[in-house]
Amino acid sequence: MKAKLMDFDKALELFEPVLGFEVHVELGTKTKMFSAAPNPAHPEFHGAEPNTLIDPLSLGLPGSLPVTNETAVRYSISLGLALGCEIATSCRFARKNYFYPDTPKNYQISQYDEPIAFEGQVEIELANGRQFTVPIERAHMEEDAGKLTHVGGSTGRIQGAEYSLVDYNRAGVPLVEIVTHMIFGAEHDAPELAKAYVGAIRDIVLSLGISEARMERGNLRCDANVSLRPRGSERLGTRTETKNVNSMRSVERAVRYEIQRQAAILADGGTITQETRHWHEDTGATSPGRPKSDADDYRYFPEPDLLPVEPSRALVEELRAALPEQPVARKRRLKAEWGFSDLEFQDVVNGDMLHLVDATVAAGAAPQSARKWWTGEIARVANERGVEAASLVEPAHVAELQRLIDEGVLTDRLARQALEGVMAGEGSPAEVAEARGLKVVIDESALVAAVDEALAAQPDVLQKIRDGKVQAAGAVIGAVMKAMRGQADAARVREIVLERASG
Amino acid sequence: MEQAPSELTRLPGHELATLIAAGDVSSVEATQAHLDRIAAVDGEIHAFLHVNGGALEQAKAIDERRASGEQLHALAGAPVAIKDVLCTIGMPSTSGSRILEGWVPPYDATVVARLKAAGLVALGKTNMDEFAMGSSTEHSAYGPTRNPWDTERIPGGSGGGSAAAVAAFEAPFALGSDTGGSIRQPAAVTGTVGVKPTYGGVSRYGAIALASSLDQVGPVTRTVLDSALIHDVIGGHDPHDSTSLKREWPSFTAAAREGAASGSLAGLKVGVVKELDSEGIAADVQARFKETVQVLTDAGAEVVEVSCPSFAYSVAAYYLILPAEASSNLARFDSVRFGLRVEQQGQTVEDVMAASREAGFGPEVKRRIILGTYALSAGYYDAYYGSAQKVRTLIQRDFDAAFEQADLLISPAAPTTAFKIGEKIDDPLAMYVNDITTIPANLAGIPGMGLPMGLGDDGLPVGLQLLAPMFEDARLYRAGATIEALLADGWGGILTTKAPELAGGAA
Repeated sequence: MKAKLMDFDKALELFEPVLGFEVHVELGTKTKMFSAAPNPAHPEFHGAEPNTLIDPLSLGLPGSLPVTNETAVRYSISLGLALGCEIATSCRFARKNYFYPDTPKNYQISQYDEPIAFEGQVEIELANGRQFTVPIERAHMEEDAGKLTHVGGSTGRIQGAEYSLVDYNRAGVPLVEIVTHMIFGAEHDAPELAKAYVGAIRDIVLSLGISEARMERGNLRCDANVSLRPRGSERLGTRTETKNVNSMRSVERAVRYEIQRQAAILADGGTITQETRHWHEDTGATSPGRPKSDADDYRYFPEPDLLPVEPSRALVEELRAALPEQPVARKRRLKAEWGFSDLEFQDVVNGDMLHLVDATVAAGAAPQSARKWWTGEIARVANERGVEAASLVEPAHVAELQRLIDEGVLTDRLARQALEGVMAGEGSPAEVAEARGLKVVIDESALVAAVDEALAAQPDVLQKIRDGKVQAAGAVIGAVMKAMRGQADAARVREIVLERASG
Repeated sequence: MEQAPSELTRLPGHELATLIAAGDVSSVEATQAHLDRIAAVDGEIHAFLHVNGGALEQAKAIDERRASGEQLHALAGAPVAIKDVLCTIGMPSTSGSRILEGWVPPYDATVVARLKAAGLVALGKTNMDEFAMGSSTEHSAYGPTRNPWDTERIPGGSGGGSAAAVAAFEAPFALGSDTGGSIRQPAAVTGTVGVKPTYGGVSRYGAIALASSLDQVGPVTRTVLDSALIHDVIGGHDPHDSTSLKREWPSFTAAAREGAASGSLAGLKVGVVKELDSEGIAADVQARFKETVQVLTDAGAEVVEVSCPSFAYSVAAYYLILPAEASSNLARFDSVRFGLRVEQQGQTVEDVMAASREAGFGPEVKRRIILGTYALSAGYYDAYYGSAQKVRTLIQRDFDAAFEQADLLISPAAPTTAFKIGEKIDDPLAMYVNDITTIPANLAGIPGMGLPMGLGDDGLPVGLQLLAPMFEDARLYRAGATIEALLADGWGGILTTKAPELAGGAA
């Protein structure tokens, strides 16, 4: 059943949106948060078979004990510092007790009242140039749960499923949960702010090199809290928490949707149910999950199996000194370095392609070439398919594609065909070109023969060229390219045409 | 030196190990003698839940390694019994619970791995109160263990199986675990020796957790030296247990040998804990304790009285902290990944979890899970768990103050001799109070030892408890060995040799 929605501008006229975000970041350490089992969020272990990255702790076997991953602690401190947070001198882990089959111990080791990092802020620049400061309440360390697959039933949810499968590979993956304070004053920019905030966290995490931060893989997950209050009211409205939002585009859409949905209910005199809601990418709507109240009792208590984490001030300062630049500063620097126009740069930022262009440049491509690929052909395909550009192709492959053009191996057109193959998972650009037989004909005699044939077929054009109307050569070049089925370097063909015409 | 097989089982562990090391007795012979003894008497005692079918093979492998000239550990080839709370590859590990019936872990507890590495041969797994909740081993899902001194009586708990196995000469060495007295109290009522090490002194990895902040694994034997030998093998830092201490420990074996040889307690200041010497302690236990204090004084110890007023709250605090931690530790027994599953067609996962836990846990376990869940609930946490943690701090301070006046504290190890099976089973509070003397050490994390100090009016063993400051386990072994030697002189041998023979053993 589709919920009734209010027009967005109308909703903003009547209500003030209040936002809050919980972003979970999977750390890409080699081992899990509390055991030596391999971490599926580490590049080396992607795509492992279910229940192969496990050990006694991942399964919660009797007698197993947690041991804190020191690299994960360092990553968490770095992330806290990059968020402008203070770092605790001593903080304990706590047990969050609840029964769920994806939670092997039926408690999650998390942090409760003693987070590793607290009170920070993230600076955000919106497309309209508006500067925004998102206040961070805390960033705490915890372990991920396993993954449930519900089989049978229609919803893919646990209710109504015939049976469920559990994969404990993810159980124990190190997480940092970043919690914002309530965010006021976003107004019409609320949906865009949501997207920009998640993008900023993603950029920070990437610049720190602590996670691959791929939303589609669940490395970065956002729960968006939205509530509305009538204009002029001091009292906060009831919030909903939208989960399962696994792309930046979805974060923006989900916040917009919740504002419109809640506004319609409130305007009709209804009340908002405090609950978690699930975002559905396909329908662009949220649906109710379980009711969530502030009275949920997780029976937190300090984890007796672990000692408190007590980062030395020397370590904190060492990590602070090693911090990369802030995303806003980085943007300014990259714009200057790449020499993009305002419009070109904004295009990249709006398309959420800054990190992709950066990675492509780092892999050897010229900035303008990198930009053209991402905001051009790749963005077009992404839009067409309704997916994130990042999920289509690796930056390194884009750089390779450009290199093949620069080296004269592929023409622009052939390169687009190669890209199509890369996006279809056929391999690297060079592999695709090889497999599909894509390459520029560099057999000069074949080209010369084709040019002579084309000139002979169009004597009027030949005459025009000879009369000095060089632009007329286009028709001949087109005929040659067609004869060569596009597998020729158009610039070289042009040279040959002019040469043969004058000869 | 020729030994009849039946005599091998009566030797203290260190003597048996010496014979094996010298090649006078093979590990196979020693192991077979104990397996025979188990076959003869365990029908009466029920100390074992599982007897290791591979024991002789492992013994043979040790004999072969020795024959090939390999240098082996001093205890290599000696048999040992393992409390069922510990995970063992190839042997079921049930923690005395129906919910883990038949569960065979894929990994060894660190203490078990260390015993194996030293070449000790596991005889099997010993009975215990379910998940170590109890003081009598009556709460085992597999039936009670009986006290070898009187099979109508309890052997203490939770580690009644290990204590009874050692007291009945079914094993020279055993491992126990002590959360509130589960090593020391069974030792007291069976006339054996048991040690709860300093918290963090011995790894908990692979010990099925009851209350993580209180649990400690330790030795159960017939002599102080034997406990020291085992403690030296199992102790020391383990990277798999974050609460395991990173420190160098002295040789407890050396401490025990020194203590046994010295025969004197001159220069030792011994504190009698006023609060553990009167209320609720049976008259005959008090009498033996007074006599023991006199023996200590005669041996040169300076005995002073110390007061630990916060001990009055220790049982109450303990029965909040333990259930709270246990309620969380036992949450993993949900039938999803291992253990008993009770299910019917069409049930939800929550239904199956609930039904499995309902069927798999005994009443005492359920009682404590409910208590603990309540104590941790929002709105009650501060009043219960929070207050209990404060009591813990007060008890630690009491100990700190007491250890400024004394090197060692002493008390009875249990308030009475062994009570009859069934006597207290329906009265949880009476059962809980049994641990009044042993609980403070767990709450403070300090080491403690239970050892025999004579017989009560009913002819049953009475135990003495020694307590040392944090990290000073060696002090227990030194003084314990001296006291043991002084008392044994008076009795004409260690106490366990005075136990009446069992029907099966006489045959």
